[in-house]
Amino acid sequence: MKYTLSVLVENQPGVLSKVSGLFARRGFNIDSLAVGVTEHPEISRMTIVVNGDEYIVEQVEKQLNKVIPVIKVKVLQPEAFISRELSLIKVNCNTKQRLEIMQIAQLMNAGIVDVTTNSLTLQLAATAEETETCIALLHPFGIKEICRAGTIALEKGSGVTAPSGKK
Amino acid sequence: MVSGAEIMVKCLELEGVQIAFGYPGAAICPFYDFLYQSNIRHVLVREEQNAAHAASGYARSAGRPGVCIATSGPGATNLITGIATAYMDSVPLVAITGQVNSELLGRDVFQEADITGACEPFTKHSYLVKRAEELPRIFKEAFHIASTGRPGPVLIDVPVDVQQAEIPEFHYPEKAAIIGYKPRTQGHALQIRKALEAIEKAQRPIICCGGGVVLAGAREELIAFAKNSGIPVCATMMGIGVIPMDNPHYLGMIGMHGRTSANRAMKEADLVILCGARVGDRAVSAPQQIAEKAVVVHIDIDPAEIGKNMPVDVPIVGDIRIVMRALADQVKNTVPQEWLDQTLGYKKTYPSRGEPRTDSVEPRVFIRDLSPMMQDNAILVADVGQNQIWAARNFNVKEGRFLTSGGLGTMGYSIPAAIGAKLAKPHRQVVAVCGDGSFQMSMCELGTLCQEGVAVKIIIMENNRLGMVKEFQDRLYGKRYMATVLKGDPDFVKLAEAYGIPAARAETNEEAKQLAARMLETDGPFILVCAVDPDVPSI
Ligand SMILES: Cc1ncc(C[n+]2csc(CCOP(=O)(O)OP(=O)(O)O)c2C)c(N)n1
Ligand SMILES: [Mg+2]
Repeated sequence: MKYTLSVLVENQPGVLSKVSGLFARRGFNIDSLAVGVTEHPEISRMTIVVNGDEYIVEQVEKQLNKVIPVIKVKVLQPEAFISRELSLIKVNCNTKQRLEIMQIAQLMNAGIVDVTTNSLTLQLAATAEETETCIALLHPFGIKEICRAGTIALEKGSGVTAPSGKK
Repeated sequence: MVSGAEIMVKCLELEGVQIAFGYPGAAICPFYDFLYQSNIRHVLVREEQNAAHAASGYARSAGRPGVCIATSGPGATNLITGIATAYMDSVPLVAITGQVNSELLGRDVFQEADITGACEPFTKHSYLVKRAEELPRIFKEAFHIASTGRPGPVLIDVPVDVQQAEIPEFHYPEKAAIIGYKPRTQGHALQIRKALEAIEKAQRPIICCGGGVVLAGAREELIAFAKNSGIPVCATMMGIGVIPMDNPHYLGMIGMHGRTSANRAMKEADLVILCGARVGDRAVSAPQQIAEKAVVVHIDIDPAEIGKNMPVDVPIVGDIRIVMRALADQVKNTVPQEWLDQTLGYKKTYPSRGEPRTDSVEPRVFIRDLSPMMQDNAILVADVGQNQIWAARNFNVKEGRFLTSGGLGTMGYSIPAAIGAKLAKPHRQVVAVCGDGSFQMSMCELGTLCQEGVAVKIIIMENNRLGMVKEFQDRLYGKRYMATVLKGDPDFVKLAEAYGIPAARAETNEEAKQLAARMLETDGPFILVCAVDPDVPSI
């Protein structure tokens, strides 16, 4: 099962290596990890997707809390958060195929960010599942390159994961 | 103007540091130059690992963080085993390393080692200082982090140019303000209630006392809890010394090398109250089995320990001392007499082993003889190997301490740790028990011992073997003694003489007893070598 964690950390050098090292050391499997600064410049948010069971995710949460620059760890409840993944997909495309691919792009809410005579690059911001679907639809044309950023997530509703210190 | 190096020394002084253990080199020279003018006593060790071990022995005895210092590169990497040893036993250390010039970082220049990176898994936290202005905050945080919550080592790596940098003024913060670090100390009242209910319901309860009880200074509270509840107590190796061996409720040490009485009681219990014990595999080999049969209450200041190795029914996160006090005050004695008779009966069923010998020193008997000869508040430091198990199982800690490397099992720990312990408690007897193998891992520290005039007594169990490994080979590897026979060892008595340390060798239990008396009467250090039969078992 996949779990999505929202982790607020102090925005300082070395934090990423402390967190990723912890995962490697304790044998936790990271599906994806995305990090970026928050509305407070001194705080970054990491969105981590881990693969595991309840025991693993509890351990991940507790061990992350022990990392000193980690301010808050929240395991997001399924259905209670919005998640997006950004992808750039470069696909083979001759003039005849262009229209068809543009239709797929429209269907999937993807933008076209680069065109050449024999390729087309799509930009997609979607859930992990939608991204998989889009890739599957483009597959028959021949995918040249894919670049996917890790999942980012926020809780639904007006509430926030505030840096109020650890539990 | 004030330099980074001066700030570092000032921070140590303001933290009340009186002793630091270290070994210099080019990258830490500016700091040493200011240490020269300070009242802080610097103990020059003979190898950096031992600076960390000595700081550990000091910290555990003094109850405040120990400080160790090394230079960049090899000095820093030599520290690693000592830092890892402290980490595994949750000992508060502040380790300071010199680093190459910050502008050269990452270029593999002479004596550059990424020590914060290398120590990442073994430190509670670490800092690579980039600017002298950060030093006061970092030192304040380091001491705070090392000594609060679950204690542990903190590393501060300071590039030489940061030590040399001059800044306009020095201001030491009053408090560390770390938003993400607020250890919980008060146990949750509801959880304590649940624990009390579980105790009331239990027919066969047991308390398992770990190193966390010692770290929390909760000895009195735990004894009160045991007394008021009437529940029998066992201990992990790190929990030895919390309850005196002759306490009628004490069942002994659990684990692979533990007492059968304690292990049986753990297996048969229907309620296990874990106090500051992390359920390591040497202490509890089959935690799942125990948890299947028993309700488990786990008290620890580190929430991550609860449920890590053993499923837990009643978790209590908090300072053991506070939680124990609450439990001791509210608990009623509801332990069935039957269970007490049964478990305390095991103590008679499985008595201590070994008979006095005249062809060699029977080490288990000798430790039992030594025990009452020592002062009530003595500190015994056991090394690693059979010698450690002989000491752990047979030495009766009354008001004193039992120190050993329980978590990492680092050979060579005892002598430097004993030096640190003696410097922390100069008026107490401090005795190190080690093997002939482990002695040779840190015998260079005899130099430190003489230089500092530290009255540490050392007992060497000389079996000419890496005894504990040999024992594994006896049992599991068809007596194929690969690399466990120690040949070419020096005459340890003569070696001691070369250092000017009085020494003697015992070849019977009677002799060992007499020489131990002489050892304890002698002012200053003493080395007692005991000739031990290599076939004596650990337990
Ligand atoms: C640094 C280190 N290296 C290796 C080991 C593995 N080891 C555990 S016990 C032991 C033998 C110890 O021999 P000695 O100090 O003579 O003690 P004895 O068991 O003979 O009492 C060894 C090699 C260890 N614990 N630590
Ligand atoms: Mg030996």
